[in-house]
Amino acid sequence: MRTRPNRLGKYVVIVTVLTILVAACADGAETTTTAGETTTTEATTSTTGLAACTAENLNLVTPGTLTIATGETAFPPWVGTPDEFFDEPESKTGFEAALAYEIAAYLGFSDDQVVWERTGFDEAIIAGPKDWDFNMQQYSITEVRDQVVDFSVPYYVTTQSLIVLEGSPYAEASTVEDLKGAKLGAAIGTTSVDFIENIIQPESAPNVYDENFDVVSAMNAGQIDGLVVDLPTAYFMTAVQLEGAVIAGRFEAAAAEPDEYGLLFAEGNPLVDCVNEAINALTADGTIDDLIAEWLEQGGELTTITG
Amino acid sequence: MTERSSVDRLGRGPGLFGPRRRSVVREEGARGALIAFVSTVIFLGFVLWVILTSDAWPAVQRQFFNWTHFQAAWPSVLSGFWLDIRMFMLAEVLILAIALIVAMIRALRGPAFFPLRLLAVTFIDLIRGVPIILLILLLGFGVPALQLPGVPRSELLWGLTALVISYSAYTAEVYRAGIESVRESQRMSARSLGLTQVQTLRYVLVPQAIRNVIPALLNGFVSLQKDVALVFVLGVREGVREAQIYNAHTFNYTGYIAATILFLLVSVPLARFTDWYTDRDRRRKQVVGG
Repeated sequence: MRTRPNRLGKYVVIVTVLTILVAACADGAETTTTAGETTTTEATTSTTGLAACTAENLNLVTPGTLTIATGETAFPPWVGTPDEFFDEPESKTGFEAALAYEIAAYLGFSDDQVVWERTGFDEAIIAGPKDWDFNMQQYSITEVRDQVVDFSVPYYVTTQSLIVLEGSPYAEASTVEDLKGAKLGAAIGTTSVDFIENIIQPESAPNVYDENFDVVSAMNAGQIDGLVVDLPTAYFMTAVQLEGAVIAGRFEAAAAEPDEYGLLFAEGNPLVDCVNEAINALTADGTIDDLIAEWLEQGGELTTITG
Repeated sequence: MTERSSVDRLGRGPGLFGPRRRSVVREEGARGALIAFVSTVIFLGFVLWVILTSDAWPAVQRQFFNWTHFQAAWPSVLSGFWLDIRMFMLAEVLILAIALIVAMIRALRGPAFFPLRLLAVTFIDLIRGVPIILLILLLGFGVPALQLPGVPRSELLWGLTALVISYSAYTAEVYRAGIESVRESQRMSARSLGLTQVQTLRYVLVPQAIRNVIPALLNGFVSLQKDVALVFVLGVREGVREAQIYNAHTFNYTGYIAATILFLLVSVPLARFTDWYTDRDRRRKQVVGG
């Protein structure tokens, strides 16, 4: 019994020492940031005129760095290019990567202050703190999701499209009715799954895969008649991943709920306000439209599938 | 009986799970049970207290243990799980049969059977060396992509085939261990009675072998019962995939909890049964041995 108070005493000592250490570290950090603040606030006020949203004032995972998460493999046309810069967000190629650097620049970060993290689509949604500032991998903004995480204002609105193999009986589909008998597939977590179930409503439930490239495998294996995916990804798939496949058409916008992509933040992260400001500014000055034209749109007429 | 209890008092019982341990439990029964109860209550109480008072708990509860979401996810998860159960039962029957054939081939002796034995050993080595998920992807996406005429393309069929092949390799080794555990004299007596090799296996070795390995086989059942879910990588909408779809749709994990409960409802009784059976079997053997 006598050892106990001693042990307790030891803990008290350890805890006290730790507290002092932590406090000391915190003090050190504070002084450095205040010093930095005064210098950069001046610099950014002149460029953006918004003192609150500057790199040094933001709520960041790593102070001084904008940590952005994207997919575990990030595909063109969103990130990188099909060949030279495949899966390389640092290359600033691909729509989302390019946009990320525009947002970072607006908030006063230089290119080398942007750090990329990788996460799965699902794992970004677990409750609790995140080790990135925001996650960017074509998250559709939905009400249910919004209850658990926070979204930025939309940076892109997409429509769904149908890919089939050349010569498929569904290649000529012009209304949703034509697709009732089709076995369709889509990747989990995409609004394409909901789109199939709620709008197309085929007789057999769609197969649901881990990733878009698994849907492609199933298509190659002849296990599904067609796959539903957002239009920009459809361009990439038919150009690179799927031999002999064509975009049968894009679904009429009225049929789909507007599918808006937003950046994903941890619930309650105040950073979202500043990023919204950046997106709004980049939309207003046409930067985002330019990026869309550069990365997401391709020439050629597409059938519109109505219904 | 008197002899056995005297051994107990000297503390030299036949083993950890033998009569000595049982008598100790009997003597200290009431006190032991009380201590066990109190310590369990304190331990669980502490764990619950830590969890329930943590800052993250309200968020965890909302995300993982949400009754509204549970009800919403339940029907689709349940119907997916029913597919799991059907796959499990069909696969298990096939596995038990195929594995037994492979094990019997491997147990054949004599140079004439060498090619067959080689085939069996190669099959077991290769299949056991490949991660099951890889086998599912290879057969499920790979084989149908060849588009060979007459070869079915169903993802469900190929996913099940991969499971059956993989588990057959493991189960064959379980059978083999059983066959080898039968005393050599059994084989020799059978042969000297004029039974052929195959007859010896069929009527003498395998019946004894199976009895010896039933616990191990049951253990394989428990494992397979969960692994059937892996076919979801092929897009099959079984229980886990349905839970994932619900999660992806709502960002809520309660569907996973629903699936977890369903799997536990099957695997825990199966595991308890395995233990009970193993125990009973050991006791029987002890009676025969003593």
